[in-house]
Amino acid sequence: MDIGKDLLLEMYRAMVRIRLFEGKVRDLATANEIPGFVHVSIGEEASAAGVCAALRKTDRITSTHRGHGHLIAKGGRLAEMMAEIYGKRTGYCKGKGGSMHIVDFNLGILGANGIVGAGLPIATGSALAAVIAKRDDVTVCFFGDGASNEGTFHESLNLAAIWKLPVVYVCENNGFGEFTPMQTVTSVKDIAVRAQAYGIPGYVVDGNDVLEVYRYASEAVARARAGEGPTLLECKTYRWEGHVVGEQAFLGSGAYRTEQEINEWKARCPLVRFQKFAAESGKIDAAELKRIEEETAAELDAAVKFARESPLPAPSEVAEDVYV
Amino acid sequence: MAMTTYVQAINEALREEMERDPLTFVMGEDVVLSAFGATKGLVDRFGPERVRNTPIAEAGFVGAAVGAAMAGTRPICEVEFASFFYCAFDQVCNQAAKLRYMSGGQAKLPITFRCVYGAMGGAAAQHSETVYAQFLSVPGLKIVVPSSPSDVKGLLKSAIRDDNPVIVFEHGALGRQREEIPPGEHLVPLGKAAIKRPGDNITVIAIGAMVPKALRVAEKLAGENISVEVLDPRTLVPLDEEAILRSVEKTNRAIVVDEGHLRGGAASDIAAMIAEKGFDFLDGPVKRVTSLDVPIPFSPPLEKATIADEGRIEAAIREALGA
Ligand SMILES: Cc1ncc(C[n+]2csc(CCOP(=O)(O)OP(=O)(O)O)c2C)c(N)n1
Repeated sequence: MDIGKDLLLEMYRAMVRIRLFEGKVRDLATANEIPGFVHVSIGEEASAAGVCAALRKTDRITSTHRGHGHLIAKGGRLAEMMAEIYGKRTGYCKGKGGSMHIVDFNLGILGANGIVGAGLPIATGSALAAVIAKRDDVTVCFFGDGASNEGTFHESLNLAAIWKLPVVYVCENNGFGEFTPMQTVTSVKDIAVRAQAYGIPGYVVDGNDVLEVYRYASEAVARARAGEGPTLLECKTYRWEGHVVGEQAFLGSGAYRTEQEINEWKARCPLVRFQKFAAESGKIDAAELKRIEEETAAELDAAVKFARESPLPAPSEVAEDVYV
Repeated sequence: MAMTTYVQAINEALREEMERDPLTFVMGEDVVLSAFGATKGLVDRFGPERVRNTPIAEAGFVGAAVGAAMAGTRPICEVEFASFFYCAFDQVCNQAAKLRYMSGGQAKLPITFRCVYGAMGGAAAQHSETVYAQFLSVPGLKIVVPSSPSDVKGLLKSAIRDDNPVIVFEHGALGRQREEIPPGEHLVPLGKAAIKRPGDNITVIAIGAMVPKALRVAEKLAGENISVEVLDPRTLVPLDEEAILRSVEKTNRAIVVDEGHLRGGAASDIAAMIAEKGFDFLDGPVKRVTSLDVPIPFSPPLEKATIADEGRIEAAIREALGA
């Protein structure tokens, strides 16, 4: 599959936006400038970017507690995201949701979620809606390896299989659920094999290679759109940062994985990988990548400024939006 | 005597009871490393057979606790945040709560569930809820809400020894609270309220993390010669109705303070009991101070506006007393 230059640059931009945004959020959370639990996805940018590049604006996604990257890749605006994370009235959810709960219906983002595994049936239902309403949109469900042990994963795959729903399940396997290594709580080495039990295709994908992710995702999305049913993709990747920002304070460092393991994965950085591809293929020159990085840095600065200067919600807004 | 934190007290209770009964075991997500610290180090003492990390599979491992209890062991099952119980509702409410009764008393279900509840600053609606009210109307479950280190130790030990399913709700914001705990075997019976501060003018019945808040208000109002009795029911099921009514008989006024919601909540339940059984003692209506009936919002000023606090407790007391 030949991937056009515009799309290549779009994917790189998505990865850079995620990388810089997440680094900033981590620093702000560390400095106690933003409240609550914050989970960042540095090191996992390629799965979000590669999958969302295969989607149309009218396609939908569900996300997780570690959701900033998915939302950014689906087109989320950094300013409103940052404002939400600050708890400001100008945030995507008027400050009611925060880091774990950002939603933008205009972009088909049905939401990040604080409950592990909750997005699976929701994405399944979103795909059902496309069938009922006779539309050809597709839903992607992002979730972790940990979530694949929830009943909702198994119930959803079966449901989507019997109804041939236009949904793509994207498991981002980063090797851990919180501080528990995946292999100590999961019966299989590859989550992708679980697809077999439900009679649907399942593939292991190099989750740090945005081009490979894009190729698998495009095929799965095309299948879904053509009414051929769901696919399970397992993107193997790794989170460089802790499960939650600040975990060293109560766990110390090296509590559940080694520096060496982290460094091995850092050497497989999805952004560096793309830069190498760009140079070797001769398709894109370094200056173009540099420009994307600079533009993104400026976009992020403006987002933080917007968030900082935005007003907090007034206490009187507390009861709005409970019901329609 | 050494000062012990709320979290250390939980750890001590678990250790002592696991030492005492080899058929006790702990399971839950990340109980080996223990993010909150409650189960920290247990694996070193008791080994991985009895301290088990589970997959993220609440319906599965909560249900497994039910089965393990029916088959003769004494599981201690941790469900991290209280609102994750929603993922395991059937196993708690249809199975654990009912199987003894429905089997004509054959099944015994000595399970202790532990979870962290309540607002602790910007954790948003799915990690901040006070969910015990949801279990109050399911007969067959005991519900424990400890407000201090010594209570959590003594109540948790009693919960583990109890032959019924007991859910212990530990408030996330109490974790570092410190107190001296009596040395040696320290048990607090389920179903016994505690007068945390005696007073004459009004009874404030406070639950869980609302107890220290009510105590601070009582201390402040003492300076104005307003004498507030703070009563902590400690367990919502069984409920020490007698102690509550005795206090109201003395003070003639009652306020129930809870972090849960108003509709269908614990405060409403206790207030109704007082109104029904203690009507003749009352000089005014029973008041309820609760969190607002909205999902707990993320943004700090909104969270603050939602959760019951000292300001609202004080205002309710002043209103009740016309002070
Ligand atoms: C139902 C439920 N159980 C437990 C949790 C606590 N929790 C939050 S994230 C997490 C680990 C999730 O692991 P995984 O799905 O692999 O995603 P990752 O964090 O690795 O991205 C856990 C256990 C939760 N939020 N919801």
